[in-house]
Amino acid sequence: MKKSKISPLIIILLVILVLPFIKADINFQHMLIIFLIFAGLGEAWNLITGFAGQTSFGHAAFFGIGAYTSTILFYKFSISPWVGMLVGIAVSTLVAAFVSYPCFKLKGHYFAIATMAIAEITKQLFISWDYVEGATGIMIPIVDESLASMQFHTSKIPYFIIAYCLFVISILIANYIEKNRMGFYLKAIRESNEAAESIGINTTVYKLYAMMVSAALSAAFGTLYAQYILYIDPFMLFSLDISMKIVLLTVLGGLGNIYGPIIGAAILIPLSEYTRIFFGGTGKGIDLIIFGALIVVVACFEPRGILGAFKKKRKVERGAYDAKANA
Amino acid sequence: MFAQVIASGLLLGFVYSLVAIGLTLVWGVMDIINFAHGEFLMIAMYSAFWMYSLVNLDPLVSLPIVAVLVFGVGVLTYKLIIKRVIDAPGLTALLATFGLSLFIRNLAQFLWSPNYRFIGDCFVSDKKVMLGPVVVGLPQLVAAIGSIIMTLLVFYFIQRTKTGRAIQAAALDRNTAKLMGIDTEKVYALTFGLSGACVGVAGALMASFFPVSPDAGVLYSLLAFVIVALGGFGNISGALYGGLIIGLAEALGGYYIGTEFKYAIVFLIYLLVIQVRPKGLFGW
Repeated sequence: MKKSKISPLIIILLVILVLPFIKADINFQHMLIIFLIFAGLGEAWNLITGFAGQTSFGHAAFFGIGAYTSTILFYKFSISPWVGMLVGIAVSTLVAAFVSYPCFKLKGHYFAIATMAIAEITKQLFISWDYVEGATGIMIPIVDESLASMQFHTSKIPYFIIAYCLFVISILIANYIEKNRMGFYLKAIRESNEAAESIGINTTVYKLYAMMVSAALSAAFGTLYAQYILYIDPFMLFSLDISMKIVLLTVLGGLGNIYGPIIGAAILIPLSEYTRIFFGGTGKGIDLIIFGALIVVVACFEPRGILGAFKKKRKVERGAYDAKANA
Repeated sequence: MFAQVIASGLLLGFVYSLVAIGLTLVWGVMDIINFAHGEFLMIAMYSAFWMYSLVNLDPLVSLPIVAVLVFGVGVLTYKLIIKRVIDAPGLTALLATFGLSLFIRNLAQFLWSPNYRFIGDCFVSDKKVMLGPVVVGLPQLVAAIGSIIMTLLVFYFIQRTKTGRAIQAAALDRNTAKLMGIDTEKVYALTFGLSGACVGVAGALMASFFPVSPDAGVLYSLLAFVIVALGGFGNISGALYGGLIIGLAEALGGYYIGTEFKYAIVFLIYLLVIQVRPKGLFGW
């Protein structure tokens, strides 16, 4: 049983790995990197929302903190982004624990709005924080390309490899959690917080674990994103649009399922990147008009998510999430 | 000065309340987070702006037209999109409304450019009014009064009319409401329209003193989410008080702590209140 569940995943991972070598087109490689970053973020978000049922609209905060921590260390003290990534993970995990702990007693939408408020507060603070250049943002200094500086100017392949490794790590973590005690606890919490508590699960602690792991992964992708784009500002990193992009692609693919974010990102990211490449240059937002319209169409005609459409018969999980969402 | 800050906070608060009431109606009745609510507000502001600049209608005159127009946008949104996702699991409805908000915002940018536009010279512009010791801008005062009137109308409609009671019934229990012979389809379409009319009025009133741009609605929809959650989901009086609290918090925080932190303070207040009242001030 376990084997049959793993093998399609391995095939998907192998296919992704060979893609940038089969089609060595720079736009395509760029799209793949963004795809891996957002699919990974989706996996991270899926832990707290898909598994534990706590809807977060604020994951941009953890993503942004990861990006800012490594960038500040690199920009001000020339510390390698790899070290910065670890520090960013630590900071982001601590922040997640500190701010989300008091929120776990909130139910449903109240929790969701609280996470959104947290991300907004973070954004406002970074905008008015002079030490991190406030609203101006930071241009990451260009240095010679090397693994240590996490900067590569001649080829996108190294970025792809790093993104791929982070992505695989997040898949492995999500898979490990799902297959082990913690995953069952989280799903029990999703189905019913009260019932989970009554059988002796410390719900707050497990929600906290899920949130911390989720924030740590998001922060790692934040560092990579900053080093890849080489420019960061609070509006771009902490925006509701980033949080929602993560939500959208996971919901679109399939909530609470490891394949969900991969499928969702495989559809949404090429869509948004290619419409941007084709129409974005006009600066008139045609790409986002198309993107928005397509999301609406997909939501209207595949309301169960892409995965849900494939297995309409298995209603167990879906019904359960429903019950939670309507509670 | 304190009275001055309180006054401007309250005036702003009434407008926030109206926007939030529009949001909470849909949220309470259909359990749908309408992420496009701020974009409806933006449509209202643009409608007022274009009627002003093309046919020279004062925003106060075009207000009823704008309200009806955005009512229509609301009904249309329900009929074309929401109807299809209302029974969908989990967060699908949110997917749809977020997509819609992206679509509307960028369409506005495509059609009318991202430039800020102002209604330069209308009936209320640049006038001040003395209210005892405080001076307030006439546009803000008119906006607050207009919002209060619309809020009262919504209250009256929901609580005193038969259709309003049908809306309440559908909010409490959709299936039972159906069994009692309520056409829930109609009720939902009407609720969405009413929600649009609320932002329609708010948008027309705000257009006389806020710059009109494709992004104009983004901040207000964020604030409206917080206000609705602060008051308790689906609770109309909760949204009213929530709006006033947020308006005051913004004005006081902006004055005493720093303008750059006023929105951080607003969101912080939500996080603090929710610690004491996990289902909002008036939630149950």
